[in-house]
Amino acid sequence: MSYGIKLLIKGDYACFTRPEMKVERVSYDVMTPSAARGIIEAIHWKPAILWVIDRIHVLAPVRFENIRRNEIASKIPASNVKTAMKAGSVAGLHLNVDEDRQQRAMMALRNVVYGVEAHLEMTPKAGPEDNPAKHIEMARRRAEKGQHFHQPCLGVREFPADVTLVEGFPETALPAADRNRDLGWMLYDIAYDRGRDALFFHARMEDGVIDVEKARQAGLAR
Amino acid sequence: MTALTNRYDFALFFTVKDGNPNGDPDAGNLPRMDPETNNGLVTDVALKRKVRNYIAMAKGDEPGFGIYFTERAVLNTLHKKAYDALELKPESKKLPKKAEEAAQITGWMCRNFFDIRTFGAVMTTEVNAGQVRGPVQLSFARSVEPVMPLEVSITRSSVTNEKDVDKERTMGRKHIVPFGLYVVHGFINAKLAEKTGFSEEDLALFWTALRDMFDFDRSAARGEMAAQELVMFKHDSALGNAQAHRLFERIAVLRKRGDEVLPAGDERTHNWPPARAYSDYDIRVDDSALPSGVTLLRPWSGAA
Repeated sequence: MSYGIKLLIKGDYACFTRPEMKVERVSYDVMTPSAARGIIEAIHWKPAILWVIDRIHVLAPVRFENIRRNEIASKIPASNVKTAMKAGSVAGLHLNVDEDRQQRAMMALRNVVYGVEAHLEMTPKAGPEDNPAKHIEMARRRAEKGQHFHQPCLGVREFPADVTLVEGFPETALPAADRNRDLGWMLYDIAYDRGRDALFFHARMEDGVIDVEKARQAGLAR
Repeated sequence: MTALTNRYDFALFFTVKDGNPNGDPDAGNLPRMDPETNNGLVTDVALKRKVRNYIAMAKGDEPGFGIYFTERAVLNTLHKKAYDALELKPESKKLPKKAEEAAQITGWMCRNFFDIRTFGAVMTTEVNAGQVRGPVQLSFARSVEPVMPLEVSITRSSVTNEKDVDKERTMGRKHIVPFGLYVVHGFINAKLAEKTGFSEEDLALFWTALRDMFDFDRSAARGEMAAQELVMFKHDSALGNAQAHRLFERIAVLRKRGDEVLPAGDERTHNWPPARAYSDYDIRVDDSALPSGVTLLRPWSGAA
């Protein structure tokens, strides 16, 4: 008995940023397992469980669009905040966006449709009251009702994801010529337990499906 | 300060008339467009900027309503006394835990700055607690029908440089959208509101900001922009009671011509004269058989 879940995920835009192209963001051609995990965690997650992505079905043609926006160039320096906290005043604690501006482009995906198959595993943090059946039921119930902890998104928060619980996936609209592709090394996930190391896997799309499980068995690169 | 207990999914409709709602830096400041459909776009960050400016203006120096990402150099910061009297000063403990310290820092920032409490922010701390995800999430705004941007040449009868003094006038360009009705979807998340301290009062202020922000964002480039309609779906619970996209599907935007009414974008409207006023549109929301626990609110039009 495996405890799995199938979700149909749609959106107008998506950007699964390639780590090697983060400044002028360029998206991967397809959703990464880590983005899929994030979407499921938006619906249900507890420290006791770990979502594992098994397969990603690409159900729409891969298309890109370029968007350029004004962004700020810096993060909030913690030291300045500490100074202001000590002084007990926010005087001068702000960031003038006109003077700290970058224009960055994003190569985003358009009109994406994915099917995601995942299962959950228990972590050492699981207590006696936690069992996979209970958590998968909770996740399924929430997905069915459209409940979520926060709005799931497709790579970045400005691109919300429409998530539907399904039993099977619809007919793919991916052109036959694009169904078998070698997508090269792709981010699998970030290993938080190992100092946030990036893990990569060799993504092969076979008949429109990326079999993450099979790639995992073949081994991940660090 | 009462904490938020409901999830909201909302759609904000706004119009632009003879103006440029959001220029595209990649296209010489032409109005942003979706190259595939010619629908106009306005980015999420453009709208957040307007919300920030409105709050900064409406709240001035009121404690707890600072705006961190300011647009123009702030005058009068010396008079700002946004320090929360309830806040205990961080004690210099021996070997303070990094995580605890980071949480203190983010907590303090959330209490003092409205925009961080609402939209979140990234702060550099060695601990990854320095990231605040805000409860309010906006997507891109998109026009309900394709827009037709115009390039308007204008002249200026004075010159900037001494060497051009014999020229009579210089030429400039403005890009405008004659008319467009845009819709943006937004999401408000009570679970994240708990973490940043975004309260019911903040939410009321946010709705006001959406309504009035265009009135304080007048400029030569903007033309006439106006917030027209806010459709809110209020969920009974923090986790929500229905899928957001299922709720948004209930909203229908219709084109009107005399007595004829057709869905916006319908093929039969293609040879109609282009829409040039908000009255050419009608926004209807199917409120039949709403999922249990979801309330439809249209606070500006009085209609439920």
